[in-house]
Amino acid sequence: MSYEIVIGLEVHLQLNTKSKVFCGCSTDFGSEPNTQVCPVCLGFPGSLPVLNRRALELGAKVAIALKCQIAKKIRFDRKNYFYPDLPKDYQISQFNQPLAQRGNIAIILGEKEKNIRVRRVHLEEDTGKLFHQKDSSLIDFNRSGMPLLEIVSEPDISSPEEAYLYLTALKSILEYIDVSDCNMEEGSLRCDANISLRKKGEKELGVKTEIKNMNSFRGVKLALEYEAVRQKDVLEEGGKIRQETRLYNPGKGVTEPMRSKEEAHDYRYFPEPDLAPFDFGEDILKTIEKDMPELPEPKKNRFIKDYGLSNYDAGVIVSDRETADYFERCAKLYKNPKIIANWLMGDILAYMKEKSVHMRDLNLKPERLSGMLKMIDSGAITGKIAKTLLIEMIQTGRGPEDIVKEKGLEQITDADSLEIAIREVISENPKSVEDFKGGKDSAIMFLMGKVMQKTKGRANPNKANEMLRKRLKGDA
Amino acid sequence: MDLYNLTAHELASLLTKRELLPIDICNSNIDRINGVEKSINALAHFDKGLALERSKALNGLPIFIKDNICVKDELTTCSSKILKGFKPPYSATVINKLTKENSVLMGKTNMDEFAFGSSTETSFYGPTRNPWDLDRIPGGSSGGSAAAVSAGEAVWALGSDTGGSIRQPAGLCGVVGLKPTYGRVSRYGLIAFASSLDQIGPITRDVEDSAMLLKIIAGHDSMDSTSADIPVPDYVSLIKKDIKGMRIGIPKEYFIEGMDKDVKAAVLEAIKKLESLGALCEDTSLPHTEYAVAVYYVVATAEASSNLARFDGVQYGLRSEKIKSMIDMYKKTRQEGFGDEAKRRIILGTFALSSGYYDAYYLKALKVRTLIKRDFDEAFKKFDAIVTPTSPTPAFKIGEKISDPLTMYLSDIFTISANLAGIPGISVPCGFTKNNLPIGLQVLGKPFDEETILRVAYNYEQNTEWHKKRPKL
Repeated sequence: MSYEIVIGLEVHLQLNTKSKVFCGCSTDFGSEPNTQVCPVCLGFPGSLPVLNRRALELGAKVAIALKCQIAKKIRFDRKNYFYPDLPKDYQISQFNQPLAQRGNIAIILGEKEKNIRVRRVHLEEDTGKLFHQKDSSLIDFNRSGMPLLEIVSEPDISSPEEAYLYLTALKSILEYIDVSDCNMEEGSLRCDANISLRKKGEKELGVKTEIKNMNSFRGVKLALEYEAVRQKDVLEEGGKIRQETRLYNPGKGVTEPMRSKEEAHDYRYFPEPDLAPFDFGEDILKTIEKDMPELPEPKKNRFIKDYGLSNYDAGVIVSDRETADYFERCAKLYKNPKIIANWLMGDILAYMKEKSVHMRDLNLKPERLSGMLKMIDSGAITGKIAKTLLIEMIQTGRGPEDIVKEKGLEQITDADSLEIAIREVISENPKSVEDFKGGKDSAIMFLMGKVMQKTKGRANPNKANEMLRKRLKGDA
Repeated sequence: MDLYNLTAHELASLLTKRELLPIDICNSNIDRINGVEKSINALAHFDKGLALERSKALNGLPIFIKDNICVKDELTTCSSKILKGFKPPYSATVINKLTKENSVLMGKTNMDEFAFGSSTETSFYGPTRNPWDLDRIPGGSSGGSAAAVSAGEAVWALGSDTGGSIRQPAGLCGVVGLKPTYGRVSRYGLIAFASSLDQIGPITRDVEDSAMLLKIIAGHDSMDSTSADIPVPDYVSLIKKDIKGMRIGIPKEYFIEGMDKDVKAAVLEAIKKLESLGALCEDTSLPHTEYAVAVYYVVATAEASSNLARFDGVQYGLRSEKIKSMIDMYKKTRQEGFGDEAKRRIILGTFALSSGYYDAYYLKALKVRTLIKRDFDEAFKKFDAIVTPTSPTPAFKIGEKISDPLTMYLSDIFTISANLAGIPGISVPCGFTKNNLPIGLQVLGKPFDEETILRVAYNYEQNTEWHKKRPKL
């Protein structure tokens, strides 16, 4: 029997405000435990929350970027449950009327685009953090009261791969609008997933499980892949899925039961009486909208139109705001954007990936890259040498001309020098020469390789090829 | 001259004239405390040495604070076992305002546990007794503050009022109690009972003192999002205007069957007095009054169940010593730490908010609350103030109603609506029963119009002798 996967994601995003959402404590990461606390975020008796307007503005910024409808009135609710990391034993959150609703995020599936609907976006406070020891537990309340934005998708995601793409697209948008560090390892972005299966063609949703404890986008994908198979196995054996919360165990690569629906909390939501509802002024929204940077999607369309990039190339380049900015700076200095895109997506991204360098830390000024590309065009260096030169430029921070001059990397175009190399190659490889003469045209590739080797990649490939052919045929 | 019988404004003028030192006032209170506290039990935390030390350093008036208002590094326990030994790391905004006036913080007054009650019988420190009759309750929940002011242990005091907890004990102890408009006084540092109803207010010997103390504690506070940014007038000078031509409504729903005969007679007499002073008194109706108690016990307990969740043994206060696990810690700490009435209200409120019951109870209560507020909005289109009895009966006997919560809840029947509507109310002495128990007259006003109710109360008080009477102890 064939099943269809239905996934919905809940993302918790720590907003990058300077102070917490309901008090003035700092939000710096990595401080000594319990040094960024006050009576409010410790939930001391008599203390009261005061909303940090900046957190609300950042939340609205996200909502606008996700094309949501923003609530006219801002209200908060209390979510009641007992846990030691929750100092008031209730969390100030938004329940009935979230900050924003009904948005969407586009993901790219091959050449097709799919819209994943965003159900709601709401603002809430983070909890503290527990550290379990052998026979006791410690609490760090530094994180308590950090501003969190919860972004909930509709169950429009049909595969673990789509979940991965959704998260990547969301992160890209969030980084564009600079509202969060989006760092899953540091916990500034967290993700829970709801997943269920149903028979193909069926309308009703199957029983879902909620998966927690994934600490990377890849982890989300792996956990969902595991869970989809697990649910399928249960169903195919005639079993039933239990509605429960499961924890992903990254070490074992499996999901394990945490609590069932029967143990689920009744959160007893009710309007937070300490924060009176207020109107979210139109003028504030207009200011936020005005200050909005160009988002990935419109930027991609512009790159396709203005620079003639393919849909795919444009998609890759705009997925990171700084890469996109870098591309545009280079495009101002060098006439052929397609070539810039090739280098950017090829050697440069590969280098960054290998060395785990982010674009902002890449030691390669647009002037240097465009300078190098111009040297290729003018025939000063070969494309092959350029690959080495690129790495050299990044590692030393020096300009292409300097390096080429110092290391003697200029392209060899004069016939005499090429002639010497070609002669040597012919005399050293009689077998291939014979093959070529015997009609095996591909043997010339091998011989060209040898020429390149001999000239350390500096031989002008067209000229060398032409001379080599001439020489081989001349010998005939 | 017995200093302990003087009002704050009388003492203040003696201080200004340098006929008196703060230490003299402090000593008069301490002498009185030494004499009567044993039989009244109005104080929850009092350190004689500290009080004397402070009165030497400061040139302001001494004041007692209800045990649910945070004072930095001093015991603040809501008269509950669960906050045993708790010393907050910060002071309430009202405390900072008092400190600015050089007030001498004397100590904390006894109260119903977490302000849950109308008799001060539910305190972990035992019941407070009414200075007019030691077998009777002083009212509650600010019974300690009212009794201390009435007995001369305190010059004046702060209380808090969620459903009548300032006005009702003031009425039953023969002193003046004012609940300001919701949002008039910062709640920052007031340990919450019901956040949408709570207000801090003065309990004093006369109306002028009430005006003085309100002026000190009122005003916008950036630490309390529900506090209003509305200017605070100079009450003391404004209340002395006469009340000629003032329109006063008398709601028929506040003269119910079963109410004490003497109380009714005294209040009707007081209304005549107001008329004789030039006020235009007229019968009116607040039709949704009968639902107030029901609405209150849903809204207040719902909020309380959430507000009191934090007393869990994790960070402060009591933690049961017999615990085996986290859940065990919650259960045993709260089982041992809360008294019966606190448990009753937490259970009630938790139930009202539970899924499946929320709409029928909490949501419904909110809707009726709006109707009650609308009653007042309508009435205040016609009237400048509304006058009612503060309580249906005078002080009852200790133990008389403690095992009958429903009857107990009805003692706040006339005071609760003001909290639900968010409007200000004051209780001023208006007579005594045949048994010599004080009776209170309640004046209710428009939101943020404390000035008018203080003015009505002041004019009434200055033309009667009730406020000059002191209990014989």
